[in-house]
Amino acid sequence: MTHPLKRSVPIVVGLFALMVLAIVLSPLVGSTHINLMRVFDRSIPFESNVDAQIFFIARLPRALAGALVGGTLAAAGVVFQGLLRNPLATPYTLGVSAGASLGAMIAITFGATLPFAGAAPASLAGAMLAVTVVYLLATARHSGLSTTVLLLAGVTLNSFFSALILFVQYLANFQDLFRAMRWLMGNLDVTSYAPLAGAMPFVAISFVAFVWLARPLNLLSLGADAAGARGINVRSVQRTAFFSASLATGAAVSVGGPIGFVGIIVPHLVRLMVGADHRLVLPASIFLGAGFLVVCDVLARTVLSPMELPVGIITAVIGGPFFLWMLLRKR
Amino acid sequence: MDAVAKAMTIRFRHALLIAAVACAVLLQGARTTAAPLRIISLVPAVTEMLYAIGAGPQMIGVSSFDHYPAAVEKLPRLGGLIDPDIERVLTLKPDLVIVYGAKSDMAARLARAQIATFPYDTGALSNVTGTIRALGERLGRQKEANAEATRIEHGLEEVRVRVANQPRYRTLLIFGREAGSLRGIYASGGVGYLHDILSIAGGDDVFSDVKRENIQISAEQVLARMPEAIVELHGAMTPQKIATERGLWSQLPAVPAVKNNRIYLLSDEVLTIPGPRIVDAARLLADALHPTTKK
Repeated sequence: MTHPLKRSVPIVVGLFALMVLAIVLSPLVGSTHINLMRVFDRSIPFESNVDAQIFFIARLPRALAGALVGGTLAAAGVVFQGLLRNPLATPYTLGVSAGASLGAMIAITFGATLPFAGAAPASLAGAMLAVTVVYLLATARHSGLSTTVLLLAGVTLNSFFSALILFVQYLANFQDLFRAMRWLMGNLDVTSYAPLAGAMPFVAISFVAFVWLARPLNLLSLGADAAGARGINVRSVQRTAFFSASLATGAAVSVGGPIGFVGIIVPHLVRLMVGADHRLVLPASIFLGAGFLVVCDVLARTVLSPMELPVGIITAVIGGPFFLWMLLRKR
Repeated sequence: MDAVAKAMTIRFRHALLIAAVACAVLLQGARTTAAPLRIISLVPAVTEMLYAIGAGPQMIGVSSFDHYPAAVEKLPRLGGLIDPDIERVLTLKPDLVIVYGAKSDMAARLARAQIATFPYDTGALSNVTGTIRALGERLGRQKEANAEATRIEHGLEEVRVRVANQPRYRTLLIFGREAGSLRGIYASGGVGYLHDILSIAGGDDVFSDVKRENIQISAEQVLARMPEAIVELHGAMTPQKIATERGLWSQLPAVPAVKNNRIYLLSDEVLTIPGPRIVDAARLLADALHPTTKK
């Protein structure tokens, strides 16, 4: 008899292979035709090699951004669902994305007058602000990290930041308003590797934490008391889970905007495939989330070509019905 | 005799009644067809048109975004497209209000208050002179309106002639993008007054096949369409910031516009207001694309 863990390992390996396949194949597809021989022809200088520029500037960074954002959001979703012991939790439940969005809205609306440029750093700062506020609220009157208070604080902060976002949009002129709305729909056209490099350290730190969290999260699923009885330092696990998943979410949103549904449908799909053990669910979610978003982005840049379809619309259109189906099926 | 007198009186009364009704009808008709004397414009482009055809003295209110001509600074500001201040509009007792779109909320509310509206929609370049002539009809200023429309048409023609012998650059006209990166680019499609002005100023829109006013495009599309010139419309920026934003394009060195340094960041408001100053906008674009023809 094989151990149930071992039986699921091939599935995780398969998902990894699918992710790699998606990342390798997606740059070959696009709204224009490129000649692969020319892309890798070193005899043509890069400055004048259009095929190579389309491949390396327009497509490859997008595929990598899709993988980074998709994998990160899916993993953050798993951790939040484990931390809050709530299958409906998403990376955005605790206000991280609302904080990030507020930062981006301010950068877009007042961009010309701000000393720094770009929505990415501003959204990261906004995410950090939201995380800090939620944490302080959740720990203010309790020595531990009450998940109920955490959830309430997160939901409240979400609506408060949403109100501030509306206020900033109210002050914005037409053009900025338009761009701000589009930022909220998600966009992986990063056009350079700099945004990825900027987000990478945060994602890497979080992933290291996720590795450490896999086993404690399994025990936490039995309840805080039961986990404590088995020698788990519940408070430190909760704190690590909260900060690492929030950091990961903030970094992902700063790259691609608040792309929805990846953080909730991917973990659930994965649990259907490999069970509930976080040691499998976490890596499998990263691989499936990455592959899923890369494929969604291929649709985003080809369906309405030469126009861009915001990738968040695609994930929502696929994710919404899927999620409802899963909800009804579970009953 | 008595009966005759009675019949006469009745007939006289009838005549009087008919006359009164006729008068009332005529007066009513006169009231609605008479030129409006108190005008509010919630559309900056139309405000400029009204001043240009001499209706300035009749203006009693403008939108919050109106800054031209200077006379509007003294008028009450009544909100914008999304949030017109209906109460203040009503208090000013206008007899004509220029609104965006015939089916807008504002138009419906004003209709309920029995205040006449003049609906306006941005569209092609020909809408500018079309709107001016329609305003002339409405305000009984046909002569001034025709003169102004003709001046604009001549002005545009002059620009067209000026660049006629110049190479027509395939141009990417950008309405906006994320600051500090080449992400989220909004470009002009093949419709709209800016597309039309670009064509007059000697540029061919690289997205003229897409029949929309504006489209969001990816970096791949910039590389695929290979524009020979890039014109970006920006809000007011410091020269330093303009240099930074222009420098970002070096990320796409294969694009001819980048190679030949034909990237122009324009921030003049005449480019975003399709009013009488549209001729200035066309000149500005022509000056940028074809500097040797500059006068």
